[in-house]
Amino acid sequence: MTTELITSTAAELAGLLAAGSVSAREVTAAHLDRATAVDEAVRAYLHVDAEGALAAADEVDRRRAAGEPLHALAGVPVAVKDVVVTRGLPTTAGSRILQGWVPPYDATIVTRLRAAGMPILGKTNMDEFAMGSSTEHSAYGPTHNPWDLDRIPGGSGGGSAAAVASFQAPLAIGTDTGGSIRQPASVTGTVGTKPTYGGVSRYGLIAMASSLDQAGPCTRTVLDAALLHEVIAGHDPMDSTSIDAPVPPVVEAARRADVSGMRIGIVRELTGEGYQPGVQRRFDEAVQHLIDAGAEVVEVSCPSFTHALAAYYLVMPSEVSSNLAKFDAMRYGLRVLPEGIDDPSAEQVMAATRDAGFGDEVKRRIILGTYALSSGYYDAYYGSAQKVRRLIADDFAAAFERADVLVSPTSPTTAFPLGAKLADPLSMYMQDIATIPANLAGVPGLSLPSGLADEDGLPAGFQILAPATRDERLYAVGAALEARLTAAWGGQLLAKAPALQAISTKEA
Amino acid sequence: MAQATTAEPVLTWAATNAAYDPVMGLEVHVELGTTTKMFCGCTTTFGAEPNTQVCPVCLGLPGALPVVNEIGVESAIRIGLALNCEIATWCRFARKNYFYPDMPKNFQTSQYDEPICFGGHLDVELDDGTVYRVEIERAHMEEDTGKSTHVGGATGRIHGATHSLVDYNRAGIPLIEIVTKPMVGAGERAPEIARAYVATLRDLLKALGVSDVRMEQGSMRCDVNLSLSPKGSDAFGTRSETKNVNSLRSVERAVRYEMTRHAAILSSGGRVVQETRHWHEDTGITTSGREKSDAEDYRYFPEPDLVPIAPSREWVEELRAALPEPPGQRRKRLQGEWGYSDLEMRDVVNAGLVDLIGETVAAGASASGARKWWSGEIARRANAEGSDVVTYAESLGVGPAHVAELESLVSGGRLNDAMARQVWDGVLAGEGRPAAVADARGLELVQDSGALEAAVDAVIAANPDVAQKVRDGKVQAAGALIGQVMKELKGQGDAAAARALILAKLT
Repeated sequence: MTTELITSTAAELAGLLAAGSVSAREVTAAHLDRATAVDEAVRAYLHVDAEGALAAADEVDRRRAAGEPLHALAGVPVAVKDVVVTRGLPTTAGSRILQGWVPPYDATIVTRLRAAGMPILGKTNMDEFAMGSSTEHSAYGPTHNPWDLDRIPGGSGGGSAAAVASFQAPLAIGTDTGGSIRQPASVTGTVGTKPTYGGVSRYGLIAMASSLDQAGPCTRTVLDAALLHEVIAGHDPMDSTSIDAPVPPVVEAARRADVSGMRIGIVRELTGEGYQPGVQRRFDEAVQHLIDAGAEVVEVSCPSFTHALAAYYLVMPSEVSSNLAKFDAMRYGLRVLPEGIDDPSAEQVMAATRDAGFGDEVKRRIILGTYALSSGYYDAYYGSAQKVRRLIADDFAAAFERADVLVSPTSPTTAFPLGAKLADPLSMYMQDIATIPANLAGVPGLSLPSGLADEDGLPAGFQILAPATRDERLYAVGAALEARLTAAWGGQLLAKAPALQAISTKEA
Repeated sequence: MAQATTAEPVLTWAATNAAYDPVMGLEVHVELGTTTKMFCGCTTTFGAEPNTQVCPVCLGLPGALPVVNEIGVESAIRIGLALNCEIATWCRFARKNYFYPDMPKNFQTSQYDEPICFGGHLDVELDDGTVYRVEIERAHMEEDTGKSTHVGGATGRIHGATHSLVDYNRAGIPLIEIVTKPMVGAGERAPEIARAYVATLRDLLKALGVSDVRMEQGSMRCDVNLSLSPKGSDAFGTRSETKNVNSLRSVERAVRYEMTRHAAILSSGGRVVQETRHWHEDTGITTSGREKSDAEDYRYFPEPDLVPIAPSREWVEELRAALPEPPGQRRKRLQGEWGYSDLEMRDVVNAGLVDLIGETVAAGASASGARKWWSGEIARRANAEGSDVVTYAESLGVGPAHVAELESLVSGGRLNDAMARQVWDGVLAGEGRPAAVADARGLELVQDSGALEAAVDAVIAANPDVAQKVRDGKVQAAGALIGQVMKELKGQGDAAAARALILAKLT
């Protein structure tokens, strides 16, 4: 029963709970047990809140017994990336500088999860302040890929993806500034969506780059992603950049899974050279599946996408340099007194704390951004990057004239070994080459597994991009493709994960 | 760092003006009187317990986001319109990045190259009636910082303090910063112009109802930027920026002091340092603050957590149409309506009595009566208490209706002026409304013609010489007899009736 519960999708669990076949406590306890069994090896969680999760589950069971109306996902537990503030639960964003901080308030999306009766299992590991593509930049050590524990789980949201991939949670919340939901989904054989910018409230997300950050679902199926997307999306008056419009019909689109007559655009600049052959091959096959399902395929060109990475590494660090200024030891978090100074000033304490509290990648980006915004360089760097951003948005607009959605491989490679790219930041940054344009333009994107690359047997991801506010198209295309692929595989891709089988065997 | 509190050399005022021309720019920060902060829902009550009016947003907690206070934007636009500014059709907030312990996010949400109001002017009237036009560069929206208190030092300054306490109640309170263009050619009138500008601006903001503009509480603060050019030169010198000059008198003194300080440096061949200066109210001097090197770089960029502000033209025109009459224009109109002399009007304005007199006239009193009662005894007493008339009258529970009632007792013939003064004293002593005071004190003109006639007869009989003069046609001599009659009636007689009776009997 326990194994069945943890391998069930969220949609299946919702059905079992509604039918009274299982209790919320049983479902939650099963996932907590799984975490106890496997997380020593995976390290998906920074903090597990067994007590809080079980209490929330009991409350759902009580309300169900009392015949009270409940949300469809009530009792389905969820893991939350540690960059999202949770009242009463430690929140570090993977950084030493926030070690021990317990927020006095909930992010809007957490408020919505709680209101839906979804027990929060714990907080998941991540690259420090969401800066990285491997989760190796976490101050608390890396998360391991459940497909191969010696490989990275992607980043920055490697913890959320690994938690879902290793059946420690049916659902997780991620955040995506340049690909931090989609790339981990790609390399762990899971599903992740970055909604339209403004589609999900950012209130309570510890900001990396305000104009790019967006929270979204990390799941094992497209329908589950749509179900979680629907819970967290919608207008929030606490976030000025939140879109005041109805949530796109994502669940309906995922259930219909209909692509007949849809025009699928292959982005010339996001395929071919630089993409691992096995990743490219699975992508090409997936496109063929969509054609078989009744879609029409066109090739589109987005020439400015070649400048996306450069623009991203100016806009993002600029915002980082300002957003991270608040971590100054004055009001919360770490406080380090400088050595050798008897009576340090506030400024000296700030400097010592920031030096000790931030990791190298964070410092690198703060320095880059500080430089890019400097007087005399602003126009050349930040100003030019904003112009490129405009051009990228224009390219998207033109492409969406010819196609209803755009597609590409999510990440150019499968999961690489831990440590392989730590000494080479630029090659790490290249992981996000295909995911970054969506953040710069604010359009939604979804990644789902396309299969295993021939050369290494590791998962590859398929990315779908839609026009802003048309998130439902991601789910229509994603669900249609998922149906054909799982039919071809004879079940979920995750069933083929060898490392997980080893862990499960050990557990048994 | 050396503690620089000693006065620097200054040149005499005459020598300063003989050799140099000042270039002056004024930056005024006004705290808006909105009930909530600029970017969150926290209240803005002055003087609340430290750190009781705070939330994740104004404390800069991780994850918190700002939301613009619409009333703050509306106030900014109204101020801009009153300063004859253009209102931007589209503008953004910007982050001004620098580290300071009382600034929760270590950036201030402000506006940079896209201010909501720009290109205006304000005409200010100097004491001699000259009107000087101050050009307004811009007025923009921003948030206030928290407030640091330095404990343990002798001066309350950071140097020598053992620790500092920070109160974030003020953090996030909406501010409007109003920046003038550099004023050139003001010469020795620069201090006076500075004072008149700040005073005029204060009255304007008060009339708009956007701020309580209490300089002593810091809800209006002035920074003075000043440099000198050699007479006849049009090259600007190096400027100093004197911060937080918090009274009208100080504004005038600070400009004057900085002019003479710069002049002393320049005339001895020295070089003025570009720096922030602190104004000392007690000693009337400025001292060096932090040096503003060219390297200071706020790294402004558009605030990504807020969407652009695009006030519709319809809204702007609605706000323009609803602006109150400008205080200067209103004063001119009222002076005409009330028939006051220039001197009388200036006294009334300086005493802050314009509104009170207006209300008193509206309550039925005459303009001259209203002025007489409000600027007399009560003004003296308010002054002695160190208060202003309006606050003092409020504290006594005395208002325009009291004056109007007192006046009606005089015009209705019940009281004469001397008696009215006694009644007013009673009102101010808390004895009640004027009619009740008159009753209680038994103050009433003698209307009984028998008593009046007896007194007139007695006075005529006692002063045959004077009576003869009146009979001979010297009507003005009757004044002496009237005085005697009033004395006879112990001040309760009706002087006009006595005069009529005397003249009737003698002519």
